[in-house]
Amino acid sequence: MSIPVETAPASATPPVQASQVTKDTYKGKIHPDWCPGCGDFSVLAALQTALFELGLKPHQVLVVSGIGCSSNLPGYINSYGMHTLHGRSLPVATGAKLGNHELKVICVGGDGDGYGIGANHFVHTMRRNLDLTYIVMDNQIYGLTTGQVSPTSVKGMKTKSSPYGSVENPINPIPMAIVGGATYVARAFSGKQKHMVEILKGAIQHNGFSLVDVFSPCVTYNKDNTYKWFNPRIKILEEQGHDPTDFNKAIERGYQWGEEIPVGLFWRRTNLPTLEELEPVLHDGQGPLAWRKLGLSDEQAHALIKELL
Amino acid sequence: MATVDFAVGIGGENGQGIASTGDLLARIFARRGLNLNAYNAYQSIIRGGHTFLTVRASDGPVRSMGDKVDVLIPLNQDSMDRHLRLMKAGSCVLYDGDMLKPGTPAAGVQLCPMPMKVLTKGNKLAANTAALGATLQMLGIESEPLETVIARQFKKKGDEVVAENVGVARAGYEYAAQNFKAFPFKAPKLPKPQAIVTGNQATAMGGVAAGVKFYAAYPMSPSTGVLMWMASHARDLGIMVRQVEDEIGVMNMVIGAGHSGCRAMCATSGGGFALMAEAIGMAAMIETPLVCVDVQRAGPATGVPTKTEQGDLWQVLGAGQGDYPRIIVAPSSQLDLFRTIPELFNLCDKYQCPGIVLADLLISEGTASVDPAELKFDGKIDRGELILPNGKSETQNPFGGYNDNAYLRYKNTASGISPRAVPGVPGHIFTAASDEHDEDGTLISDEFTNSSKRRMMVEKRARKMQGAAADIAPPKIVGPENAQATLVGWGSTEGVIREAAEKLAGDEGIVVNQLPIKWIVPFHAEEVMRILSRSNKVIIVENNYSGQFARYLRAETGFTAHGHIRKYDGEPFMPHHIIESVKEQLAGKQAISVPSHEVSV
Ligand SMILES: Cc1ncc(C[n+]2csc(CCOP(=O)(O)OP(=O)(O)O)c2C)c(N)n1
Ligand code: SF4
Repeated sequence: MSIPVETAPASATPPVQASQVTKDTYKGKIHPDWCPGCGDFSVLAALQTALFELGLKPHQVLVVSGIGCSSNLPGYINSYGMHTLHGRSLPVATGAKLGNHELKVICVGGDGDGYGIGANHFVHTMRRNLDLTYIVMDNQIYGLTTGQVSPTSVKGMKTKSSPYGSVENPINPIPMAIVGGATYVARAFSGKQKHMVEILKGAIQHNGFSLVDVFSPCVTYNKDNTYKWFNPRIKILEEQGHDPTDFNKAIERGYQWGEEIPVGLFWRRTNLPTLEELEPVLHDGQGPLAWRKLGLSDEQAHALIKELL
Repeated sequence: MATVDFAVGIGGENGQGIASTGDLLARIFARRGLNLNAYNAYQSIIRGGHTFLTVRASDGPVRSMGDKVDVLIPLNQDSMDRHLRLMKAGSCVLYDGDMLKPGTPAAGVQLCPMPMKVLTKGNKLAANTAALGATLQMLGIESEPLETVIARQFKKKGDEVVAENVGVARAGYEYAAQNFKAFPFKAPKLPKPQAIVTGNQATAMGGVAAGVKFYAAYPMSPSTGVLMWMASHARDLGIMVRQVEDEIGVMNMVIGAGHSGCRAMCATSGGGFALMAEAIGMAAMIETPLVCVDVQRAGPATGVPTKTEQGDLWQVLGAGQGDYPRIIVAPSSQLDLFRTIPELFNLCDKYQCPGIVLADLLISEGTASVDPAELKFDGKIDRGELILPNGKSETQNPFGGYNDNAYLRYKNTASGISPRAVPGVPGHIFTAASDEHDEDGTLISDEFTNSSKRRMMVEKRARKMQGAAADIAPPKIVGPENAQATLVGWGSTEGVIREAAEKLAGDEGIVVNQLPIKWIVPFHAEEVMRILSRSNKVIIVENNYSGQFARYLRAETGFTAHGHIRKYDGEPFMPHHIIESVKEQLAGKQAISVPSHEVSV
């Protein structure tokens, strides 16, 4: 990361702090205002631990979210952050990643954010296979707007906007992501934080688009899919000898729902180049686009004018 | 002063190669050093319909498509029927004598039937090439320039195709020499060749001159030309170009790239712009600079995809919820687009806000000649208070270290401008939030909504526009101070109003002046008011139904214009539309004139 361009304004230099990464490094300055017991606390803690354990420095990380309870996460973690619009974390993150492809870019948000209003971006970001990590805190409900039906709400679920029970079929993000072109597709559960840390570390290290759908219970508005409901059902794929390179098995396990619900890494492929790798503009040795010198050479300018003559 | 001023009109259906014929002609004229304007009236179908392309050239300034056609080349009966009746004495009509029936032209119109089957050796698609050859002969231009541009155009298709087309062009040229009466003037050859550029190319090149490193778009006429130019030049110029899933994605991606520190840009038309509105507000909220071009077409909804209008002014003014700072500019011509975009980027970087360009189909798809020396790619680039790593290590950066509260991304300064670090710079960590936030970026909209901080941040962002107003050139009167009327226009109508004003003074002895408005926001209300309050009669000329600018002017200044000239039939103004309307209004016959287009194209 180099390329000098403009000069920074002279500012008073406060005492320089150690740049060692410690366990507290990723602690944000604000304490989360989630409801006590909300599954999102566990996701935040797992993400902080994963980043620490990977030895990343906060200024190298950009966490991008949409809008929702879960999307408040960037404010609670000490890294660069963007808290964008409802459903738009993925395109914003795509732009930021292409602008500075040396950043670790992590998107976070809710199921409404990602699979509802943001579904179009979700589908297209997956097929581009950009090197992004996308963590969806899937509580099967709209939390921030106080409990309406979501694209992952189970059929029949009663919510404030489906008082007679939802009659729509839910989205199943796991098979959708596997067929959609994501190259690392996993699920985690807020009740299994240690496992989630490993899944997140794998996702962040994976070179390509990774989806981690996390069952992150909304203790306030989802009275159906609670910790108590999930706990006996959750089975860890890694403990069952699942082979994440087996496409058919990945799809099959992805559809599993009911008495046994698998979490873990469903699908991974490493033989698909990322978008960044396919764009020569990022490989001319000049570093991130954002930090390059602006303007054209004389030859380039002449060539452009010649086209018009 | 102009010694010649002529126009060639080619009509036919989509798929008959009219655009490329027009391009050949424009290139020949520009290489001779003539100024020109080319406008293609077409329809949103790939085959069929009616297309009419006008190429006007002169050794004097050419600021619009003009009023007349001197050479009509109808490639089908439909074009003949539509346009022959508008041809005036001294003009000529070149057509396939075996296929088309001319009807009765006005006195003095030279009918020039050509045996196309013989001249083209049966190649129907080459009829326009034969007609081009004949046109050049009648304009007193040698045949070599045509042969050169044909070779350039068909190079990719191989020598045989080039030879065949050159042969047809020569045959047309010689046939005209033997059978038709040439024009009494010759198209002069000037020492300095001109370049030709469409507004979309100029927009893209303006972006490149500004240092754009990220361009995203979703195809939408009439803005797609920018995407195509960017895509074809991306790898040579080191630009990341993306076609995105929709315009919501486009704007959000541009924001991400802009936030990372790139100069980032996009172009669309009104429908796409509507989808971007929420995100533009976010750019203002998180104080990320970017440039978005709205190439207006006739609306609402899908509207008339291939027709021009200035109908998006209020959409752009009202885009997105809430009050927020942004800069809105309406360039007047292709060259003005090229120059404005780098200037706008400098302003957006300085004031950390979105910038919106209001272009329209007329100038963006239209072609103009420009002096190549005017295409300067080395203008000033000013990125404002931007903090990049500058090769500094983690501890060398001001405010080094982590968990450091010293850096305030949204610092409440007197100018409203806060030094902007981008992600990746050590020691400046912050979260940019579309929710209202404090100086350090933390939300103040959630748990503890804080009304005094909210007020402070609204005012901080708003203050930036006071500075911006001082950086932008106020509008100026063009023409004599003392005039019977002042014609006010905005954006692309500047050229045609200027020509109308000159003709009114020359042919009719009516003295009018002109106030072209380019910068819409910030608006120089006081200067405009000062100018207009001195005017005898203020007439607003605009390409829309409701007088969008007239209403904006009233909102910003309290000034009510005396007269209006409006056109909303999809076609641009021609000078005579304005001239006749001005006469009508000066005679007190009308307060609102709606000139009609004489021909359906
Ligand atoms: C364009 C737009 N539409 C609607 C909203 C209102 N809204 C805010 S969050 C939200 C849904 C939240 O659900 P989810 O994304 O699942 O996140 P959660 O709160 O459950 O974490 C909605 C509809 C908005 N902010 N923007
Ligand atoms: S409403 Fe639900 S999702 Fe939101 S913070 Fe509370 S528990 Fe979490």
